[in-house]
Amino acid sequence: MASLNDYLLASGLLFAIGLAGVVMRRNIIIVFMCLELMLSAANLSLVAFSRFNTVNGLPDYNGQMLVFFVVTVAAAEVAVGLAIIVALYRARQTIHTDELTSLKG
Amino acid sequence: MPSYLFWLFTTVMLIGGIAVVAFRNSVSSALSVVTCFVGLAGLFIGLSAFFVGVIQILVYTGAVMVLFLFIIMLLDLKNEEHRANKIAPIAAGLALSLAFVVQLIGVLSRTPDKAAPALDKTALITAAEHFPAGSKIATTLVNDGKLPDVHLIGHTLFTGYNFPLQILGVLLLVATVGVVALSKRQAE
Repeated sequence: MASLNDYLLASGLLFAIGLAGVVMRRNIIIVFMCLELMLSAANLSLVAFSRFNTVNGLPDYNGQMLVFFVVTVAAAEVAVGLAIIVALYRARQTIHTDELTSLKG
Repeated sequence: MPSYLFWLFTTVMLIGGIAVVAFRNSVSSALSVVTCFVGLAGLFIGLSAFFVGVIQILVYTGAVMVLFLFIIMLLDLKNEEHRANKIAPIAAGLALSLAFVVQLIGVLSRTPDKAAPALDKTALITAAEHFPAGSKIATTLVNDGKLPDVHLIGHTLFTGYNFPLQILGVLLLVATVGVVALSKRQAE
């Protein structure tokens, strides 16, 4: 059986990969995907805490409620973010973060 | 969940995650995210969070990543692959994540470990006493000896989190209207 620390380590490693991707990559779509990875890493530790901390013999479902809300808000965020990226590409013909330097086009 | 399944799904998840950052092609990166999320859903199901695992597959890999792929193919980015890598962002990313991992290992090596509490038949029958006799949750717990995961989530969602759920509905509506407004203004 995997213990709580194993799950937290897996979650932390996934978060570290997402963090490295956000800093390293210059393509704004891949930066956005790495943000999703970081959100999912947080979800993994929430579900692990929910399973390992039982309330009345059942998993603590308050943790999974937070996961549910995170997933929903992330879906809304992706819809709005991708719409902004498409609008940005139409205005500037690039999604490379090094070339997006001015606020007013 | 047996230990080897945990390590299998964790390996799939982490390799998928590394591939997202390593691939130069955006489409390959998006498919690596799908791989990563399939491994993650396996971990969720191993943690007896069946609903969250199914949501992870349906919402993330089914809807969100398909949306990403549509946008990548819509933008048609061919010149992105031939760019030279700059050394500064790569060094900064590696240093940041390395510092994070070192801190993580330092914290986890000092915290007391915990094994998973049993979710066997006796534990479930004991847990059924906290629900009204004859309700769907109690009968599933006692008669089938299975965790009625979706029923319990629904019970928690509509008793303890009713107001946040309605706020979430408003948020989704605002996001929908916002996306339509963003796309429409550019068309003029």
